[in-house]
Amino acid sequence: MSFKNRNVISMKDFSRKEINYILDTAEKLEPVARGKKRSRLLDGKIIALLFFEPSTRTRLSFESAAQRLGGQVLNLGSVEASSVMKGENLADTIRVISKYADLIVLRHPLDGSARMAAEFASVPIINGGDGSLHHPTQTFLDLYTIRRESHLEGLKIAMAGDLKYGRTVHSLCHALSLYGAEITLVSPPELRMPQEIIRDLQKNNIRIRETDALEEIIGDVEVLYMTRVQRERFPDPEEYEKVKNKLKVTGDLLKNADPSLKILHPLPRVNEISPEVDSTPYACYFEQAFYGVPTRMALLALATGVIE
Amino acid sequence: MKEKRDLKIQAIENGTVIDHIKAGQALNVLRILGISSAFRATISFVMNAPGAAGIKDVVKIEGKELSVEELNRIALISPKATINIIRDFKVVQKNKVVLPSYVEGVVRCINPNCISNSSEPIKSKFSVLQSEEEGVTLNCLYCEHVISENIAENLL
Repeated sequence: MSFKNRNVISMKDFSRKEINYILDTAEKLEPVARGKKRSRLLDGKIIALLFFEPSTRTRLSFESAAQRLGGQVLNLGSVEASSVMKGENLADTIRVISKYADLIVLRHPLDGSARMAAEFASVPIINGGDGSLHHPTQTFLDLYTIRRESHLEGLKIAMAGDLKYGRTVHSLCHALSLYGAEITLVSPPELRMPQEIIRDLQKNNIRIRETDALEEIIGDVEVLYMTRVQRERFPDPEEYEKVKNKLKVTGDLLKNADPSLKILHPLPRVNEISPEVDSTPYACYFEQAFYGVPTRMALLALATGVIE
Repeated sequence: MKEKRDLKIQAIENGTVIDHIKAGQALNVLRILGISSAFRATISFVMNAPGAAGIKDVVKIEGKELSVEELNRIALISPKATINIIRDFKVVQKNKVVLPSYVEGVVRCINPNCISNSSEPIKSKFSVLQSEEEGVTLNCLYCEHVISENIAENLL
């Protein structure tokens, strides 16, 4: 299976077999990501990081992934200091940077920007997040975490928090549907999963249930994927105040949890997981952040063709 | 009676007649075909003309045979339209419009945050689907938004 020159735009572009191959590659690279082994796989390769909106952890984890493999990184720097401020369009920026680098990681505030960039690039594009649409490398790292810390096949998972706007849960639901998951959706009524996504999951014969109470489901799931209620998504601050504390993981809640439960969170968290949970065996979110490095290493190595 | 009705638009010698257009959509048909004031051929049209199956619009384009691909776009807003190619006053070809599976640069994406609504050098692109429940739907190939109603209002 070769991924050379393949773009990584949306999870919907990947089959289960391809996802497994990427996760297997990440697992092989994990000792390098941990600094326990050295690798020069990306020696001589230049990775351009074009972040048109701030995302420190995604950018740093890509930088870490590239450098752990011996690659060099080109950074766009601040948008204010770039040619974008002179009025250059994204298409031209992509055409130019394609001449400087072997692969481009793009993060951009407009929906569909990564798909467009792939039309103009002569090197592979990895989508580091486009608008409110896709963030596939987050989903790959979520899948990798679930596989390493629990299991993917027939997983009983609850996704909780902002299911309406959270692009990570949308993509993750789709990907887990390829593995026959049982999915419980936990959210306040205002932040429910969009119906079109639920319909898509049901088409894949996925069992879905919806609730607004974590207490109801905590003893019955193997993974709890918490998300932040995003203040910036609410036009009315009062609406945000109403829902911000409705779902919270506390030590008390976890008294009824399955002992094998793993709690994930794409981070940053605000107050949806109490700090007291951090030291329990359930907490997996900081390790999940680390797993972004081997996963992104795998994608960089496969798309540049240094691993086939 | 029939003769009187036919007098509303003269027969053309050569060109294209688009008939059975959904009433009120003739101007949108011109938009969808990209026909503007710069277009040099003679165009005539009738709106709300009585026909055997109710009122309809008709557009006649003289001296120009449009391509099937161009004409099929009309199915987005008027799926029952028919296309007659006229040569020497005779209908040499008569077809119903066929819904295309893909359209480019015809409809604006309704998502204001879609890259196709920015100043990038790209045209909007949609895959076109038709189902019994939802009728014609357009799926933006950039941002994946779906347009399922008011397609005519979003013509470019």
